Amino acid sequence: MEEKKSKVILHGMWASTYSKRVEIALKLKGISYEYVEEDLKNKTESLIQLNPVLKKIPLLVHDGKPVADTQVILDYIDETWKNSPRFYPEDPYERAQVRFWVSYINQQEMTVSCCKVFEVMGRVMLQEGEAQAKSVEEARERFRVLEEGLKKHFPNKTIRGNDDVGLLDIIIIASFGVYKAVHEAIGVEIIDPVNTPTLYNWIEQLQQLPVIKEVEVPHDRLVTFLQKCRQEHLQQAANA
Amino acid sequence: MSEEKVVVLNFWPSMFGARVIMALEEKDIKFEYKEEDVFGDKTDLLLQSNPVHKKIPVLIHNGKPVCESNIILEYIDEVWNNDKTLRLLPSDPYEKAKCRFWADLIDKKVFDAGRRTWTKKGKEQEEAKREFIETLKVLETELGEKFYFGGNETISVVDLVLISYYPWFHTWETIGDFSLEDHTPKLMDWVRRCLARPPISKSLPDRLKILGRVSQIIKVHEFFYGY
Repeated sequence: MEEKKSKVILHGMWASTYSKRVEIALKLKGISYEYVEEDLKNKTESLIQLNPVLKKIPLLVHDGKPVADTQVILDYIDETWKNSPRFYPEDPYERAQVRFWVSYINQQEMTVSCCKVFEVMGRVMLQEGEAQAKSVEEARERFRVLEEGLKKHFPNKTIRGNDDVGLLDIIIIASFGVYKAVHEAIGVEIIDPVNTPTLYNWIEQLQQLPVIKEVEVPHDRLVTFLQKCRQEHLQQAANA
Repeated sequence: MSEEKVVVLNFWPSMFGARVIMALEEKDIKFEYKEEDVFGDKTDLLLQSNPVHKKIPVLIHNGKPVCESNIILEYIDEVWNNDKTLRLLPSDPYEKAKCRFWADLIDKKVFDAGRRTWTKKGKEQEEAKREFIETLKVLETELGEKFYFGGNETISVVDLVLISYYPWFHTWETIGDFSLEDHTPKLMDWVRRCLARPPISKSLPDRLKILGRVSQIIKVHEFFYGY
């Protein structure tokens, strides 16, 4: 008897940390999928048709049904493929804590994403001089709050294998795993063993996992891309 | 056996607080309401319960705080989940994903465009009005022929999230000088159906009170948003 195979397609973009979150989630669950690289300046017809309201990546298409919005996709994956690792703890209160810190990282705009430009890390990347210095201070403050929160609510963090990985881990490694490239591109260090030891160690542990190494973006390629974004933006601002 | 103790910290005009209260009422969960003066002195309870953001709403369940309205709604639905209780999210993962998508979209688009219809002037105000009406039209299409966003039998988080903005519609319409009846009459029918549900009508702040407060704020040229 033939087993009905699920058809999963991910529309993503190689430099997007949001797209990366979904890729990591799919690989952790052992889900085979087809990847469609989107050029954000020239989106495919199918992306526009399947995600007409937002027209954004990442977009997951499962057996023809589109699921949009990164967090909605991650929850959908965990609820549809119930194998290990489960992205959330069992207890509703613990689940609420995970959601809170994921929300903090998202709201406080601590990631550099090519898709949005007003995020604090985005501002750090796209500004210079005094404006950049101010944004750097803001960024440091947000990372300080995150560092305190992680230390307090998730003490003794140990990641030995895929089964220890949950939603917060996925968000942390996808968003901050590229910190070395970001530091190089903007010339400022935000994550390091002295100022953010909990976060630094958390990332180091996750980076050892084979599944994470599989989706790693080449450092130099990302640095070049981020520097290009920065130069383009500064030029536009100067000409305005 | 100790009793379940539920406390809600809120600020009366907040659409984020309103949806938490409606959820508790719809699920028939007893709770104690505490008003926070968010522009005056925040209570120690609020500062301790939400030290990171110091914002309302906060749900405190048997002494343990849960923050952020949409996180609170998920929590409420997960904890009070027996067969007899109304479910705010469907059990099918795809239907649930659609609910979460729309709830999220409403907060992203309605909040911001709505705020700009009363805080901005001229071209920016016109743009905000256009965006707000456009978003409601998209939502009207999504509602289609259904009684509620949750279906014909039941409401869902999407209904609660959108109706929580209703008391603010009157303010935005008045200051922006437009009427939603002209643009999205079917959605206004949905509004009336929601308001016919006591858990919703008794939990929403008075729209005239909100207009009064906003008018005062405009008068003294203060640019902050109450929530």
